[in-house]
Amino acid sequence: MSAAVSDAVLPRQPSFFTRLLGAPGAVIGTVVIVVVLGLAAFAPYLAPYDWNATSQCRRLAPLSAEHWFGCDLFGRDIFSRVIYGARFSLAMGLTTVAISLVFGALLGIVIAYGGGKVDRIGARVIDAMLCFPPIILAILIVAVLGVGLVNAALAVGISGIPRFARITRAATLTLVARDFVESARAVGATHTRIVLRHLLPNLAPILIVIATLDLGSAVLFTATLSFLGLGAQPPTPEWGAMLNAGREYVRYAPWTMIFPGLALFLTVMAVNLVGDRLSLILDPRQRDRS
Amino acid sequence: MSARAILGRLLGVIPTLLITWTFVFGAMRLVPGDPVLLMLQGTPISDSAMEAARAKLGVDRPLVVQYASFLANAAVGDFGDSFRSRQPVTKLIAAEFPKTLELALGGFLVGVVLGTTLGVMAGVRPNGWVDTLCMTTALVGLSLPSFWIGMILIQVFATQLGWVPVLGSGWDALILPSITVGLFLAGGLARLTRNSIIEVMGQDYIRTARAKGLTTVRVVAKHAMRNAMIPPLTLLGIQFALLIGGAVVTETVFARPGIGKLLVQAVLEKDFPVVQGIVVLTTGVYVLINVLIDIAYGIIDPRVQE
Repeated sequence: MSAAVSDAVLPRQPSFFTRLLGAPGAVIGTVVIVVVLGLAAFAPYLAPYDWNATSQCRRLAPLSAEHWFGCDLFGRDIFSRVIYGARFSLAMGLTTVAISLVFGALLGIVIAYGGGKVDRIGARVIDAMLCFPPIILAILIVAVLGVGLVNAALAVGISGIPRFARITRAATLTLVARDFVESARAVGATHTRIVLRHLLPNLAPILIVIATLDLGSAVLFTATLSFLGLGAQPPTPEWGAMLNAGREYVRYAPWTMIFPGLALFLTVMAVNLVGDRLSLILDPRQRDRS
Repeated sequence: MSARAILGRLLGVIPTLLITWTFVFGAMRLVPGDPVLLMLQGTPISDSAMEAARAKLGVDRPLVVQYASFLANAAVGDFGDSFRSRQPVTKLIAAEFPKTLELALGGFLVGVVLGTTLGVMAGVRPNGWVDTLCMTTALVGLSLPSFWIGMILIQVFATQLGWVPVLGSGWDALILPSITVGLFLAGGLARLTRNSIIEVMGQDYIRTARAKGLTTVRVVAKHAMRNAMIPPLTLLGIQFALLIGGAVVTETVFARPGIGKLLVQAVLEKDFPVVQGIVVLTTGVYVLINVLIDIAYGIIDPRVQE
């Protein structure tokens, strides 16, 4: 994205973190992520009120010294709820990306390593599954599993599997053709060993890049399902669900939607900033572009 | 692209649709509970009436027969009746579809104009301040929860300023929803366009154009844009998925009728025929659009053969 530190002019390869934090965007992103993680970890100590205690204040009370972000329809302190909401956003995003990554990568490797008919059929099925717009696929899965926070995370995770499988397959195909895989096979390595010791370490950088680039949209996606009423249910202080609950009263109490949305936006933006930077460092093809 | 190749592409759609529809059929059979009981929603029913209802829905037949009839019906656009309104699903979808199309086109327009502008401005002078500004804007577009920005737009431009109505069927009621849908699309498109422009600007023919003494604007508009826009435009088929996603959310935010709102409502009410119908339809449209773009690409760009 922004001016990258040129590796060539530096006398020594700087450490990974020095390079990661080599752009102002990435520094801001990292700070925000650390803050969100801190909020999530220490929510009980940081939140001035109980996130679920009603009648803390007048219904839909505006911002005040006691209630920084105002109050919601049930007289709950929005500031406290936003702090607790931090526990859902990144955790949900990481869970969904982990599901997509693990199963997608496994599928991609198996298909590409299997080769021949396995690869032909597998690739066809993956391509077909990619024809589901992700949100439609996720909603279909929620429809089957039932509405709820865990099911929404599962749905978003599953809907990402074809995408990860396709990228892993393509990357594995180029690896399988390389000499070191051939030599491993020649010395009698088992399939499991080849996959775990030779293919996976070589796939790791690209998988990490895709996973980080995906994390932002995964956080957004799960919050979207909650907003639609298909994910986290009231009174859970999940940001998307809070926005959904505040929807009817926006006119009279805009603070019910401004702060949870802002928290969500900043988190996603931070993850995207760091993800962009990380992909720039890890992916050699990306490095040339900037 | 020869007629033969075009026909091949079109026929290639069939196995794809078969796989996606099989997945939908399988998913729907995994729904816990008897379809008749789901349809009745707790209303008591006698055993004989239950049998009759099962026969009417066709769920008493062997799975293979059900599968075959599902595929046959899906191919002609028959998805049975809604559990709630008891109206044919096709009729419900047909009534809402134009509304969603309208929104998708509006969002598409905003997204393409905004995305291309940002991308070109950023790509012409990479790593300058304009680039940083444009790409930060694009990242903001990608990171903004569309439901949140939608609510803010309503609050500011409809409620406070009163410039546009929130509801209504006029074109002015379409402005804010289109921006909401378009912003997300613009972010991704801006990034693609930027990369593409940077690549093209390094080509020899651009240097030639510059050497002729043409202004930067003319070089970009006349020479670079044509070739640079091909990669982002081919990805517009994939962007259609984002438009659908954007429409689902935006319709809920703006309380606009449409396919997305119908779908979310159907999931919440466990109205499975409607869910099934919409999923089959959207995947079908998505696949078809992508094939058409693929074919158009082959015709426009002679370098692409097969």
